[in-house]
Amino acid sequence: MPIANYAFGVAEASVYAPEILARGLPDGQPAHKDGSASIEASPALLALEGIGLSFGGVVALADVDLSVRPGEIRAIIGPNGAGKSSLINVISGVYRADRGHVALHGARYAQVPTQRLARLGVARTFQNLALFKGLDVLDNVASGLAYKTRSNFAGQILGLGRSRRERAEQRGRAEQILDFLQLTHVRDRLAGTLPYGLQKRVELARALVAEPRLLLLDEPMAGMTAGEKSEMAAYVRAARDRFATTVVLIEHDVGVVMGLSDRIAVLDYGRKIADGTPDEIRNDQRVIDAYLGVASENEEGAGI
Amino acid sequence: MSAIATDLSATELSKGTSLPSWLAPLLVVSFAYIVVPLVGGSYLFEAILLPFLALSLAGVGLNILTGYAGQVSLGSAAFMAAGAFAAYNFNLRVEGLPLVASIVFSGIVAAAIGIVFGLPSLRLRGFYLAVSTLAAQFFVQWALTKFSWFSNDSASGVIDAPKLFIAGFEFDGAVGRYLFALTVVVIITFLAHRLVISQTGRNFIAIRDNETAARIIGIPVLKTKLLAFAISSFIIGVAGVIWAFAYLRTVEPAGFDLDRSFQILFVIIIGGLASIRGAFLGAALIVVFPLALSRLGSFLLGDVFDSGVLDMSQRIVLGALIILFLILEPDGLVALWDRVRRRLLLAWQSS
Ligand SMILES: Nc1ncnc2c1ncn2[C@@H]1O[C@H](COP(=O)(O)OP(=O)(O)O)[C@@H](O)[C@H]1O
Ligand SMILES: [Mg+2]
Repeated sequence: MPIANYAFGVAEASVYAPEILARGLPDGQPAHKDGSASIEASPALLALEGIGLSFGGVVALADVDLSVRPGEIRAIIGPNGAGKSSLINVISGVYRADRGHVALHGARYAQVPTQRLARLGVARTFQNLALFKGLDVLDNVASGLAYKTRSNFAGQILGLGRSRRERAEQRGRAEQILDFLQLTHVRDRLAGTLPYGLQKRVELARALVAEPRLLLLDEPMAGMTAGEKSEMAAYVRAARDRFATTVVLIEHDVGVVMGLSDRIAVLDYGRKIADGTPDEIRNDQRVIDAYLGVASENEEGAGI
Repeated sequence: MSAIATDLSATELSKGTSLPSWLAPLLVVSFAYIVVPLVGGSYLFEAILLPFLALSLAGVGLNILTGYAGQVSLGSAAFMAAGAFAAYNFNLRVEGLPLVASIVFSGIVAAAIGIVFGLPSLRLRGFYLAVSTLAAQFFVQWALTKFSWFSNDSASGVIDAPKLFIAGFEFDGAVGRYLFALTVVVIITFLAHRLVISQTGRNFIAIRDNETAARIIGIPVLKTKLLAFAISSFIIGVAGVIWAFAYLRTVEPAGFDLDRSFQILFVIIIGGLASIRGAFLGAALIVVFPLALSRLGSFLLGDVFDSGVLDMSQRIVLGALIILFLILEPDGLVALWDRVRRRLLLAWQSS
């Protein structure tokens, strides 16, 4: 797909102020405790510092640090109930961590402001489908740009110029994303009537349409066939390459993760037990004991 | 003349496969304006069409809140009452205020009350929200009964609605009041239709279908919910004005009780949630069905039972039929309507 096709979208994408992109991390950023030497070389786009979270007596996350560099595909793996979804929920502000901070392009938050998430350049998908069933596919995807809407309801009812321009622009960008993810043939279908795999892809499209700097994917390939999984993996990689998006990815299928990600963090019972390149993870004894050894049983990953 | 014209267009309608979507509503509206006043008698207007129009409009209003934005409300009658009494008082106390202005202001008053009683929706959901909207129902009715200022210190609490003057023209008699109500309903329904297909309408649906996802993608959830309450209450308030000014010709709190709130909820559930057409189909059923049932009942059993027993058994039959209908067609009359139309079209095409 030629980039020029999308040039209009890129030129219009004033989502991120360039100065934020250029600024990177402020000076006072604490050094990371991660073992990998290469991490210090490049400033983090996202950094979790000592995140702790529990539900009643259940410890979902305990003292988790995580750094994500711009442009990488960062996988988080671990058995069911390890705290992976909780981690994504903390990053996106759906949960408030009991302890620790989330640093998002340099700004530190005790709780990330969910309502401003899209404006901060963060988009996400959900482990369980979270599409708007009553809207068609095109409107679902266009809704990913709702945060940019400036016109009010009165202008929209009367069909004033601004609301019409916004509508045309949102639909245009949504159509480009549908084209990119090869969903054009279902653009007028109600989202709830699509097969599961396609719904997952529509959710990816809704997240991507905002051209986020950080994309959080909670098990985008869960419940898919092997063929669908590799297709989805290709879309994730293509999305990263085209939009220079940083990806945080939760996935159960270790084979897919190893091939797709640049670095992998392993969670077990809410703790991070390993963090490194796919090769390092593959050979880590603790990971093999806790997770890889039983990976075949976990393959389907029908987690919560 | 015009009846023939509509008939012709109706046959055209089934012929073409891609007719413009505005054609059918346009035909219905022209029929309602031109044919109905010529052929209808006063019973049709007084007993059927006027309550039908008022309930349809209230249904459109509630559907925006409940059908589209997913916020269940049992306070509809309170907003109708607020609209009716506000219009009465604007008309009474503001010298020379045109009727249209009274109606718009009364809608705004109802919208303001709607926002106040919509505040719990920022915290509560589903059943709990429905119960909290009961507060609106009881509070408004209590306030209107308690403070006689609202009914201009009338001894009975029942007051006569003013005459319907617009731009020096009086909408008099059953047909006049019908045309007045029809005009208000057509205008507001058109605007409501524009709303639900707009970005704001899609935001309503997004919040209904998945509030967390809606918040994540940056839809202003709190603002949008309150907007749904405001717009919905505005429309229901205006429906209250029609109910009192055009249909009953009196304004009194008693007609806007919890029964009425439930009736409007039934209208949208039976007609079909999140559908403007559904509100009209549902209202038609709710208005016509009991009348037909009571005619039938007194015709068949009038000699055997007294009217109290008949009335009670009609309610039971009506309730049972509603339940049966909802089990068979949970998506409401709109779904039934669309299916029948598709079938007919297929049958017609294959023959
Ligand atoms: N909203 C919640 N309420 C109560 N417990 C929760 C909630 N979310 C997660 N948990 C608990 O936290 C632990 C981690 O869950 P989760 O983050 O969903 O794991 P994963 O995504 O790795 O399967 C589990 O024990 C789960 O039961
Ligand atoms: Mg999970």
